[in-house]
Amino acid sequence: MKIHEFQAKAILAEYGVPVPQGEVALTPVEARNAAERLGAVVVIKAQIHAGGRGKAGGIVLASSPGEAETAAERLIGSRLVTHQTGPEGSVVKRVLVEERTSITRELYAGIVLDRKAAMPVIMASTAGGVDIEEVAAKSPEKVIKVAVDPATQLQAFHTRQLSFGLELPQPLQGAGVEVFRGLYRAFQEKDCSLVEINPLVVTADNRLLALDAKINLDDNALFRHTDIKELRDLDEESPLEVEASKFGLNYIKLDGTVGCMVNGAGLAMATMDIVKLAGGQPANFLDVGGGASAEQIQNAFRILTSDRSVRAVLINIFGGILRCDRLAEGVIHAVRSLRVTLPIVIRMEGTNVEQGRRMLGESGLNFITADGMREAAERAVEAARRGKRRS
Amino acid sequence: MSILVDKKTRLVVQGITGREGTFHALACRDYGTTVVAGVTPGKGGSRHEGVPVFNTVRGAVAKEGANTTLIFVPPAFAADAILEAIDAAVPLVICITEGIPTLDMVRVARFLRGSGTRLIGPNCPGIISPGKAKVGIMPGHIHKRGKVGVVSRSGTLTYEAVGQLTRLGLGQSTCVGLGGDPIIGTTFVDCLGLFEDDPATHAILMIGEIGGTAEEEAAAFVKRHVSKPVVGYIAGQTAPPGRRMGHAGAIISGGKGTAAEKVTALRRAGIAVVKSPAEMGAAVKKALNA
Repeated sequence: MKIHEFQAKAILAEYGVPVPQGEVALTPVEARNAAERLGAVVVIKAQIHAGGRGKAGGIVLASSPGEAETAAERLIGSRLVTHQTGPEGSVVKRVLVEERTSITRELYAGIVLDRKAAMPVIMASTAGGVDIEEVAAKSPEKVIKVAVDPATQLQAFHTRQLSFGLELPQPLQGAGVEVFRGLYRAFQEKDCSLVEINPLVVTADNRLLALDAKINLDDNALFRHTDIKELRDLDEESPLEVEASKFGLNYIKLDGTVGCMVNGAGLAMATMDIVKLAGGQPANFLDVGGGASAEQIQNAFRILTSDRSVRAVLINIFGGILRCDRLAEGVIHAVRSLRVTLPIVIRMEGTNVEQGRRMLGESGLNFITADGMREAAERAVEAARRGKRRS
Repeated sequence: MSILVDKKTRLVVQGITGREGTFHALACRDYGTTVVAGVTPGKGGSRHEGVPVFNTVRGAVAKEGANTTLIFVPPAFAADAILEAIDAAVPLVICITEGIPTLDMVRVARFLRGSGTRLIGPNCPGIISPGKAKVGIMPGHIHKRGKVGVVSRSGTLTYEAVGQLTRLGLGQSTCVGLGGDPIIGTTFVDCLGLFEDDPATHAILMIGEIGGTAEEEAAAFVKRHVSKPVVGYIAGQTAPPGRRMGHAGAIISGGKGTAAEKVTALRRAGIAVVKSPAEMGAAVKKALNA
């Protein structure tokens, strides 16, 4: 789960990481008032999940409350397109009004999970304010990595290694150590998958400050963090995906015309792949899960058909416990009650396949059955090609 | 021969009295696996579908000589169940549960190190050695005993591969589901090593997906240590970056972990990689005939 910069900063502040003074504004007038409270000279920062805001004009300096109001007026309600949002961009609903700081150095501090080592890795670099992946690729010696073994947890020597690695002057060493301790505790206690301060700045008046903050949270752990769950911004998610998540359906909207309904994430990805190989484009990733109950099938159909770019549906189900006659029943029912008119290609494997196919054939509805994934993909792509544009 | 599970498996099902636990314990037993016990804290001393239930894993091991556990415990408690099994020195632990918090698995991974336990999963369908034992949720009837070792991060995509193999007359020695999470107990490298040493396995099919570096590590291992033919498929060639594709571990992060990179790494190691998931079985047949 992603959260906004202002939310990430609030969390880090709880853990003793110094963040700039700032206020969230939902309207231009609120921005003006915030600027007045913060000492007039401020930065107006669009709050969207995606990065790349600066280059897209989403971060604006304001030298007076009036300018702050104008900047907020332009940003709030606008659609910001950055190299990370995709062409449709993100609508800016709020801005963060922050005190402006004079920066002397830009550093990097972050924590990610090292999957192979199965441990969190804290990273520090003197190359802050740029893409850390690029730094790691081009100048790996500039990135200090400290893996934290759960058996020891974070020790003082870890924090010293990182703090000295940042080449902080002696007076700021203590502050540096506190930043890393705060980052690590936040990562552990909030079940994060990523915590990043980029840039971590040294100010002109010799303070350390987290100028930007990013936190990604482990979806699997949200059940034990009700406060974090509340930070979710549904506006940042595609409406169909939000709808699907309500039903416990794993759904990701893509660009194509072949809607896919599959049981199992790996098989769902493979189905998208084979649709592309057959010359088509998948409209979505959708894993109906192991149960694939009649209700779930209906919900899945509802979501798929709500996507107006879908011209044909491809159902690829490999049943184990799931019986194909039950699946056929669920599909027939869904198509009838939702009055789906799209061409539907069904490929089923598992228990009671013949029975399932017979039921589909006798339903009077326009199902196209297929033997094997390749035939299913080819038939679905063909059906989508022939299908009419839906208004 | 097969790897990991066979007629010597003495299985304890943690979470046996739950709906999933009950259903699958019986299915494993029906397949021919020796199911010796169940564990549900608080229900020790009772019998469930004819299986003695214990309060603790240690109890099941001590009394019934269990050497393998299959875990059906909800995500909030699953890491604890795995830790309990490791503490009881169970040699093989298979965890089906999806949704375990990643940091819980960081702790489990630490505890595994230096223990005598092998963990398969979590978020996996389990392991089956056709004709011998089924320790998992896979449909037994699509499998056939034979010479192909299958190792995969997926569930139903593995069944798809097995279906293709069986239809071509190619049976399987053992099928191992590694699981879809970012931190798992056993890797491709571990299984490839086991298959290489297994006389019954003559060819290996590995099914990977986007996210992480496990397939690249497998490729390096194959190049140096595997003499048997290996065929591969990587799911997620069309996956968009930065999105979690169902599995918690299936995510392209910071441009890394793409299917294309993995395919390249596998091919460089001499692994025959198929572009289409419909061709997995045929490619294995070709490799065996070569």
